[in-house]
Amino acid sequence: MRRTAPALLALLFLAAAALTAACGGSDGGGEPLVVYSGREQELVEPLYAKFTADTGIELDVRWGDSAALSATILEEGDASPADVFYAQDAGSIGVLDGLLAELPADDRALIPAQYQDSGGRWVGVTGRARVMAYNTERVEAAQLPGSVLELAQADWPLGPIGVAPTNASFVGFVGALRQVLGDEATQAWLDGIATHARTYEKNSQIVDAVAAGEVDTGLVNHYYLYEKLASDPAAPIANHYFVGADVGSFVNVAAVGVLAGSERQADAETFVTWLLTEGQVFFAAEAEEREYPLNATQPGLEAAADLPPLADLSGPEIDLAALAAGLEGTVQMIRDAGLVT
Amino acid sequence: MAAAARGGRALLVLAAVPAVLTALAPIAYLAARALGSSAAGGFTDLGPAVLRTAALALLVAAGSALIGVPFAILAVRSALPLRGLAFILGALPLVIPSYVGALALLGALGPRGLLARALEPLGVYQLPVIDGLLGSTLVLVLFTYPYVLLLTAAALRRVDPSLERAARGMGRGPVDTFRRVTLPQIRSAVVAGALLAALYAMSDFGVVSLLRCTTLTREAYLRYASLYDPAGAAAVGLVLAALALLIVGAEQWSLRGDTGAARRRVRAAEDVAPLPLGRARIPAIAFVAVVVLLSLVLPLAILAWWAVSLVADASLSEQLRDALPAVLNAIGVSAAAAVVCVALALPVAALVTRVPGRLPRLIESVSYVGYALPGIVIGLGLVFLSIRSAPFLYQTAAIIVIAYAVRMLPQAISGARSGWERVDPRFEQAARGMGRGPIDVLARVALPLAAPGILTGAALVFLTAIKELPATLLLRPNGFETPATLIWQNTAVAQYAAAAVPALILIAVSAAPVYALLVRPEARSRRALG
Repeated sequence: MRRTAPALLALLFLAAAALTAACGGSDGGGEPLVVYSGREQELVEPLYAKFTADTGIELDVRWGDSAALSATILEEGDASPADVFYAQDAGSIGVLDGLLAELPADDRALIPAQYQDSGGRWVGVTGRARVMAYNTERVEAAQLPGSVLELAQADWPLGPIGVAPTNASFVGFVGALRQVLGDEATQAWLDGIATHARTYEKNSQIVDAVAAGEVDTGLVNHYYLYEKLASDPAAPIANHYFVGADVGSFVNVAAVGVLAGSERQADAETFVTWLLTEGQVFFAAEAEEREYPLNATQPGLEAAADLPPLADLSGPEIDLAALAAGLEGTVQMIRDAGLVT
Repeated sequence: MAAAARGGRALLVLAAVPAVLTALAPIAYLAARALGSSAAGGFTDLGPAVLRTAALALLVAAGSALIGVPFAILAVRSALPLRGLAFILGALPLVIPSYVGALALLGALGPRGLLARALEPLGVYQLPVIDGLLGSTLVLVLFTYPYVLLLTAAALRRVDPSLERAARGMGRGPVDTFRRVTLPQIRSAVVAGALLAALYAMSDFGVVSLLRCTTLTREAYLRYASLYDPAGAAAVGLVLAALALLIVGAEQWSLRGDTGAARRRVRAAEDVAPLPLGRARIPAIAFVAVVVLLSLVLPLAILAWWAVSLVADASLSEQLRDALPAVLNAIGVSAAAAVVCVALALPVAALVTRVPGRLPRLIESVSYVGYALPGIVIGLGLVFLSIRSAPFLYQTAAIIVIAYAVRMLPQAISGARSGWERVDPRFEQAARGMGRGPIDVLARVALPLAAPGILTGAALVFLTAIKELPATLLLRPNGFETPATLIWQNTAVAQYAAAAVPALILIAVSAAPVYALLVRPEARSRRALG
């Protein structure tokens, strides 16, 4: 009697082990293209499904924050299993410079020069603005600041501000701030906002928190609002843009690049080309995702009508390709401000 | 004859080599990454995380002793009503992984938790969150005090009743006797239990991440995953490993000379009268009830509430569908880990029980290193190892199995050791004398006798592996989820209902074996004695 239970357990173990071994074997078919996706699953999974439907190329996606995935690729080096990296911002893909292959000139010609790497290693797919999302029941639009610099003031009049300090989009924004203000003033801004920031890991968490009234406002990319409203149309939340010359709504890019060490260069390039052509429709007016399509050559690609025109968000000139060089310093400044807890 | 014995011994040592290599490899690669040429200043800025880790370990050790010791005394030696049941309920929080405890806390009091939902109609939106050091301490104490309870209860049952009788005979009252005679005899068990809780707190990754208390485990993860600082992560991992080894050293020291007492199962505490509770009866009952309520009833009720809320919006089947592959994944890697651990452990256990001398002891000690290594340390070490030296293992289920093997090898070794100790070498000699070959003897005499111990070890490995979080998170293949990773991700984004389903599945899977392996043996000996 006392022996039977362990014996059964042992049998179970062996069966399960055999099962694992069997599952671990090869799948038979061709290996899928490995995409490291710094873009959130909730946002782009339908886009990837559309790609597979269009091209027949299967994808094996590793989801994660852009910063985490780019740090992973740096550690993996030439041996990275990734074929393609689709990042949320220019900085996190830019640091991979030497590990990325040069993209074909045909692809690069589709996108304006300021939205791609001058060396041709990555190219912007869509543009997205930084915004302050706010809870419309708790905050009046008139109460919101005209400049993002006011957020760091000691007498900040509204409640805690939701911030995702280690998220690539926020890191990219701080990099832009450094280009405009210089390091000393940027550090002061970080120290200031740290006193009334509430930290999260991801933009979508901030948007949820704003909608729930957990924080009054939060710094995010503009498109998370629409994802939230799609799942909860009554959510009391809206975007506030820092228009004019303010750096607050500076336009960064979601960008894609191909790993030089990839053995699937042809499929990887198909993925890039598709994102810059057919894939652009996914982000344009009336589409699921409301971002700014960057393909300047494709007719009929307009951003959704409820977005401010890209031209209104010109702000100060930011060199996107230069964000990567300052990345380590930017991350250190965010740490020094005590934002990473 | 002597030459053959030497040959067999050399073979055993050789067979134990894989266990030693498995135990040491991750830490070696971690050290190489932290101290290597491309690493600069990884050991800087560690002060706050070290202090927070020390504070958490200390608070959890103290808190678990403050709950575990009185609980054990009440459940074993007092006239508490239903004390057998109280003991079992007090030990059962062991089936709840601590990060599930964090999920329960957040699901009740956190952002968009139950309380927040209840207060929202009243216009209250922004609640203070119980997180950081306070929240982590609270959760970890509630789920680690059973270690103190189990060890203290076992020690209480070993106390020699004749000493107590002697004291009573000299006219001491029952309370005085307990304080002067009994307590000194359980002290080392209490210290060992508290140190176990401290080690658990120090190794914990899930609770401190979900409740935002940046101890060394979270610091290591942040540096690796978010801050572009892998060398710094490795450095943090090394510091953490050193601190954990220190605690394990202290634990071993606290138990020195205690092994004799542990073996000496005293037959009878039966005629020791239970401590009368007197006026303390009501407070004692209240204490036990509150502890059971907070550590067992409330977490389960909160999880159940969230799971039921899925029925209301008809998405329960969807959640179950998502959770099923994760459960199968976890069972697969955990079962494989149990098999691998047993294979690695058998030679080590045989060596230690059969071969005298320093080398076998050394091999055993080295194989135990994993016991002190937090999952995040092993995970990081294996990331570096597989990228550099074994790319074919990188991001595979196999490397997860290896990580589990490093961490849980000690459980398999102690199981196999206790099994091996039941095999009297004279049985084997007799079988050999009857002309049986060595393999035949092993298969037909030794293994059947050792099997219960070995299987208990394997079952413990399986149970620990199935809820492992940090190493799984770092090493998994693309899209590979386990209940632990599902719980972690969903809790982080305040999707408590989605997290409750895998949490309840995990508890259901581990409840029966934990009860059978850890709780019932103690409860049984209680009945035998009382």
